[in-house]
Amino acid sequence: MRDDSVIIKTLGLKKYYKGESIKALDDVNLEIKRGEVVVIIGPSGSGKSTYLRSLNLLELPTDGAIIFNGVDVADKNVDINIHRQKMGMVFQHFNLFPHKTVLGNMTLAPMKLLKKTKEEATEKAMTLLKRVGLEDRADSYPSQLSGGQKQRIAIVRALCMEPDVMLFDEPTSALDPEMVGEVLELMKQLADEGMTMVVVTHEMGFAREVADRVIFMCDGKIAEEGTPEEIFSNPKNPRTKQFLDSIL
Amino acid sequence: MKEFFQDFKDEFILNFVDGNMWKWLVDGLKNTLIITLFSLIIGVAIGIVVASIRSTFDKNREVYKRRGGWFYYVQWCLNALAQVYLTVIRGTPVVVQLLIAYFIIFASSRNGVAIAVFAFGLNSGAYVAEIFRGGIMSIDNGQFEAGRSLGFNYFQTMIYIVIPQVIKAVLPTLCNEFIVLIKETSVAGYVGIMDLTKAGELIRGRTFSAFMPLIAVALIYLVVVVVLTELVKILERRLRVNER
Ligand SMILES: Nc1ncnc2c1ncn2[C@@H]1O[C@H](COP(=O)(O)OP(=O)(O)OP(=O)(O)O)[C@@H](O)[C@H]1O
Ligand SMILES: [Mg+2]
Repeated sequence: MRDDSVIIKTLGLKKYYKGESIKALDDVNLEIKRGEVVVIIGPSGSGKSTYLRSLNLLELPTDGAIIFNGVDVADKNVDINIHRQKMGMVFQHFNLFPHKTVLGNMTLAPMKLLKKTKEEATEKAMTLLKRVGLEDRADSYPSQLSGGQKQRIAIVRALCMEPDVMLFDEPTSALDPEMVGEVLELMKQLADEGMTMVVVTHEMGFAREVADRVIFMCDGKIAEEGTPEEIFSNPKNPRTKQFLDSIL
Repeated sequence: MKEFFQDFKDEFILNFVDGNMWKWLVDGLKNTLIITLFSLIIGVAIGIVVASIRSTFDKNREVYKRRGGWFYYVQWCLNALAQVYLTVIRGTPVVVQLLIAYFIIFASSRNGVAIAVFAFGLNSGAYVAEIFRGGIMSIDNGQFEAGRSLGFNYFQTMIYIVIPQVIKAVLPTLCNEFIVLIKETSVAGYVGIMDLTKAGELIRGRTFSAFMPLIAVALIYLVVVVVLTELVKILERRLRVNER
């Protein structure tokens, strides 16, 4: 049975290191619906990054299934490269390509993978750049940009592939405080437009305001999940309470 | 004083002008540069292949192992071969390798320059491989991940994203390898090739005067090396400017 309203579903997802001595993911089951914004929170080492990176197989799961658009991408016979095109990813450290201009960063994958012409790719990129107010930086190199600008470029670079879902791993953690806002604002806009988003972040304000659902992870497991209201105002699991007390 | 200059002049004429022996030095330098250039070209070709094999295996070990099957074993064998090559080449003196190439592998051929290019190329391949591997390793893993997350496969990621950055990073080191190689090829005379060093030796053997030919040879090496070193510095500066 295929449910089209579900875009990603993980079943019994496990990731072990060093035999079974480190269980970074320990049986994670989660369903993410189209258009949903899921924010994952939790203490350091709880498996948030591992989970996010497993979704597009940057980490290979030890066991379990990852159903994306109806296909188990964890199956070793599936060509993951096709599916990754539909999952945009934004990293803590931006990972822009330093040898390419902003425009070059944004048009590379659409031209090589989607076989767009240079004109088509450039047009799409410029539209997105205008949207984030960085069209005058099209010919700049990444090293000439501020952190906030880099991260916004990284986001629109991913958007150039017209993904079905966007994955964010602590997108504002490497930024100076005064630049956090501009990145969160762009992410909020994306959410408002209906983009499906999975966001690992320590920005509780963002989670409260933008998330449809908040997942609290602990020791490689989902310890609690619910609406922001439920998690932040009325946590049931003592571990959640303890975590929220420690950071707020 | 006058005598000194007269002596100098006589010596000069004896060693370089008589019998047009200066031409030997020119021919020798030409051979030295030809051997060096073609050796480096072969070395870079071998080096890129070997470095790619090694880092592909290192980076994809987990994926291939999981997929299983013959592809993993092919990778494993290639990697093992590369390891043996690197160990043998870097563990033995280049002169010995040259002698083996000349007297054993190509015993029936007397094309010294070609054999020298083979030997020095094979030798420099091992060092260039490590230069490239270092270059690949120096690229932040986030670059691989960004490429892969956009949907590029491993080889596309290497070609469009990693290798261009590696080349930029290792270009000055490669040029330095060329400079090192110029000096290393001075042992080519061991198998009767007339490179620059050997040319000086031949003149010395003819005139029984050591000072002039050997100092001339040393000066020529020095000039070539210094000029090239300066060019590499300019290149390095330009590469840095492009980074902006
Ligand atoms: N390559 C690895 N080898 C061994 N253990 C690893 C490896 N990668 C992650 N781990 C372990 O897996 C666990 C989960 O790590 P993960 O990075 O997913 O945590 P996180 O929730 O993202 O933490 P943070 O908030 O610090 O980013 C940790 O205990 C970590 O030490
Ligand atoms: Mg993390």
